[in-house]
Amino acid sequence: MTTVLPLIIVVPILAAVGAFVLPRWSFPVALVGSLATVGLAVALAIEATATGAVRHTIGGWRAPLGIDLVLDGLALVMVLLTALIGLAITLYGRGYFGRAAPETEKGRQAVYFWALWMFLWAALNALFLSGDVFNLYVTLELLGFSAVALTALADKPNVLKAAMRYLIVSLSGSLMYLTGVAFLYGGFGVLDIAQLSSLTRETPALAVAAALMTAGLAMKTALFPLHFWLPPAHANAAAPVSALLSALVVKGSFYILLRLWLEVLYPLAGTFVPQVISLLGVGAIVWGSLQAIRQTRLKLLIAYSTVAQLGYLFVLIPILALERDNTLVLGGVICFVLAHASAKAAAFLSAGNILQALNDDKLSKLDGLMRALPLTVTAFGLAGLSLVALPPSGGFVAKWLMLDVAISRGYWGLTVVIVGGGLLAAVYVMRVMGRLFKQAAQPEVLSALKPVPRVMEFSAFGLALLAIGLGFAGVYVLRLLEIGARAVAGGG
Amino acid sequence: MTWENSLPLLIVLTSLIPGAIIFFLREAAHGVRTVLNLVGAFSKLVLIAIMIGGLQAGVTYETRLPLLPNFDLVLRSDSLSVLFVILSASLWLVTTIYAIGYLEESPNRSRFFGFFSLCVSATMGIALAGNLITLLIFYEFLTICTYPLVVHRGTEKALRGGRTYLVYTLIGGVLLLVAVIWLHAVVGAVEFMDGGVLNGVAQSQPALFSLLYVMFVAAFGVKAALVPLHGWLPRAMVAPAPVSALLHAVAVVKAGAFGIVRITYDLYGIAVANQLGVLTPLLLITCLTIVVGSLFAIFQDDLKKRLAYSTVSQVSYIILGVALFGPIGSIGGLLHLVHQGVMKITLFFGAGNLAETLGIHKVSEMDGVGRRMPLTMAAFTVGALGMIGVPPTAGFISKWYLGSGALAANESWVIGVLVLSSLLNAAYFLPILYRAWFKEQQAPWPEEHDFGGRLETHWTLLMPPVVTGLFALLLGIVPYILRSLVEVIILKEYIG
Amino acid sequence: MIGSAVLYALGGVALFGMGLYALLAYPNLLRKILGMNVMGTGAFTILIAAAYRGSDAAPDPVPHALVITGIVVSVCATGLALSLAVRIQAVTGAAYLTPDEEDAP
Repeated sequence: MTTVLPLIIVVPILAAVGAFVLPRWSFPVALVGSLATVGLAVALAIEATATGAVRHTIGGWRAPLGIDLVLDGLALVMVLLTALIGLAITLYGRGYFGRAAPETEKGRQAVYFWALWMFLWAALNALFLSGDVFNLYVTLELLGFSAVALTALADKPNVLKAAMRYLIVSLSGSLMYLTGVAFLYGGFGVLDIAQLSSLTRETPALAVAAALMTAGLAMKTALFPLHFWLPPAHANAAAPVSALLSALVVKGSFYILLRLWLEVLYPLAGTFVPQVISLLGVGAIVWGSLQAIRQTRLKLLIAYSTVAQLGYLFVLIPILALERDNTLVLGGVICFVLAHASAKAAAFLSAGNILQALNDDKLSKLDGLMRALPLTVTAFGLAGLSLVALPPSGGFVAKWLMLDVAISRGYWGLTVVIVGGGLLAAVYVMRVMGRLFKQAAQPEVLSALKPVPRVMEFSAFGLALLAIGLGFAGVYVLRLLEIGARAVAGGG
Repeated sequence: MTWENSLPLLIVLTSLIPGAIIFFLREAAHGVRTVLNLVGAFSKLVLIAIMIGGLQAGVTYETRLPLLPNFDLVLRSDSLSVLFVILSASLWLVTTIYAIGYLEESPNRSRFFGFFSLCVSATMGIALAGNLITLLIFYEFLTICTYPLVVHRGTEKALRGGRTYLVYTLIGGVLLLVAVIWLHAVVGAVEFMDGGVLNGVAQSQPALFSLLYVMFVAAFGVKAALVPLHGWLPRAMVAPAPVSALLHAVAVVKAGAFGIVRITYDLYGIAVANQLGVLTPLLLITCLTIVVGSLFAIFQDDLKKRLAYSTVSQVSYIILGVALFGPIGSIGGLLHLVHQGVMKITLFFGAGNLAETLGIHKVSEMDGVGRRMPLTMAAFTVGALGMIGVPPTAGFISKWYLGSGALAANESWVIGVLVLSSLLNAAYFLPILYRAWFKEQQAPWPEEHDFGGRLETHWTLLMPPVVTGLFALLLGIVPYILRSLVEVIILKEYIG
Repeated sequence: MIGSAVLYALGGVALFGMGLYALLAYPNLLRKILGMNVMGTGAFTILIAAAYRGSDAAPDPVPHALVITGIVVSVCATGLALSLAVRIQAVTGAAYLTPDEEDAP
């Protein structure tokens, strides 16, 4: 049995504790923790590609009371994604929080940031690797708490209120999920996903569980019309936190939803529930994009873009539940997750750079920034390409797969939505890019810009390159997804 | 990686890599930038020469990278791609030299030359694309790289022009995306082949495949500026002159026309397209475009706008050759692919020189300019006469083949369209030539710029139009060289 | 006839609903937090009801273990929510979620 699997959760937790108790050393501790976690993720990838899916029972305690960690292709892809984006955010955070002493306000924020961020990373890894529905609940809560606390770091009225709304939504979503778990256990007597997978059939208990869990998770993933909490939280948080929330945290709850429909709730594939989810996804694409077009602040625009892009994740759920063994459908959704995560992180980090330089993110102030911050603007532009799904980019590959699914099955309505969403995305991306390319209306503003640390520019640019590079990685992502696709039998 | 499977990729990379490096150069790094540009352009030409040599010896060069299951990125050399590659690569070299002279004193040069190189890489990719997904990827990539060039000046007008350009091309791109995936859903993965690959399956579902053909033509027709999809082209004229040259002769408009050629010959097959009955509507649209474009051109006083509408009209000659079923018309279309590029780039270089040296932007300001800039105007005159189709210019050869092709295809009314179009061409080009050569200078030049030296303008600005003008003449006087290559292509398309 | 397990479960559902109502209906943050706790209690009650295995058999221990874990999580949640509420009161002067004001980002 491997020992690396639990380490990828333990190491970031240790880093979180270390960053908290050694405030003067919080960044070095977090950096070491980040590097080690990335190394562990790579080690896991090598192991899983060599030996197939991995199942580990912590401390030898068997289910139902013990904790099983399961690493299959899907989990591995998510762990790797988190590692890549996580590393960039750690580097960015260094530039963002600087070297302020822990006694100052900024230094205090920095210590909390490093500790909470490491904790959040651990929660994400634990979530992706959880093998049973109850542990998923616990990790979901840990993720939610660290995300809320990170949002609240800035200590301004709007930020605190956004964090409070976020907490309320997050908690009610988790409690709905937990009630769903109770119904699952009452109906089938097990919590292990692999065991549930072979037991579930279309019963009232499953239907109630499906409704509760789906609603709760959709709320936490900000699925339209339950998205109201997301834009203020994502737009008001500190730049690295915004990137984390939009790129990774919402993907955590979506990951659970995806797993549930793939492995537990699929007997309900023919009912109206997945259809409703899909329709709400369509609503998200349309509404989110239109709202993004209307925004006058860059970070709000990006946040509404997240609302829209999250919609794409849901539109294929009915097909996914019906065709569980079709890696291409799952591949489309997962490629979209990867592309959106990297592009959105790059966009938020670029916006953070612009905010740092201008001390403002009103769109009307962005004229001519291409000349002043070429690297940051290029990063935003590349991220925008992926969001619009123009080739070559990860977004293009994802849309290609999704359109392939829609067109080959004759879903013309879905085709129109996917294509139209891309055009709407082009409109809001161009609202920003057009200004950045413009001649500066006020040259004196450009000469008074505050300097942006190089590491912040380069980490945003690196993530943008990742979003583009994913356009050439489709084959490899699909190959990773094949690893142990639902082959990990219940170990309990 | 062997030579055979890396050469097409290298041809793309010889401009992609310099382009990527140029982005990171300081504005003042004039020397490094020029060296990078020229090394890239020359090594591309050398690689193309090697590829032509290999093709004659029967070698196929193919780069294949897995993109998705069933979908590879395929870059492959065949005669049709070679034709387009030679044209774009040589014109790129000339345009780069011209752009160096034109822009070296303006801001954001690194950005400009970076995107300029990326555009050419995209064009190479379009030319060498061995299947639809590759064509789509590079076609969209071209859209992205040209936008920053169109809005290069950053003025309100430039941004509006860029926005219009994007609206048109993105919608065209989306149409292409849906058509490509739809086709794949019906027939699976297909790659381009001489004579087409849809024989049989297309005739079994004529309605569907006609619809797909319409989608393809509409998608490529946006960039090829087919009426009524041409609206972006005149508005994109706000871009600097080298960009206009690139848009009209080297890359964008050509990519659209080339896409229609590819789809018709190597995807559907010209015979299949003829059986589906989609060529006749295409013929009507091209004829409409030819006439409407010329009519609009007459009424433009802005020189570049007049040239832009002239492009709308002239690019349709290429597609006219496609739409005329029969080898002679096809030869005329492909010849015009090259001829139009060489002639139009000469005209834009000329217009750019007038703007840069004397500040002339309007036809009405051109009185007597022939005496002030004789070499530039001589080149411009060759281009203009070529557009009208006067022998011995290249344009005459194109029109001759197109006319004969129309007769061979029993569409003799097309001759009437050609004659009408030539008259209209004369109506908007001859007044320019008359003003330039035979009228006296009426007023001081709007904004004269002294480059020093004894030449009428800076040598980097003067050399390109003279060279391309000579080529436009050469292609008309010695048409055999190019025609033999084109005949090889067309023979394969018709025999399969 | 309704068995005691079903009765418990229904009670849990009722508690959950009441908590949710409080969460949505009351503007005061403290009431919202209390509502969340009631919701949680409802979820736990449903879980405990799922442990019932007939009047003769001993109840299933697994849900009890889950509920204990859940209570710990819920305490943490309450702590976090209370501290946020305190900060909001300190910064804005009221423990309510008033509409956002136009402050610098």
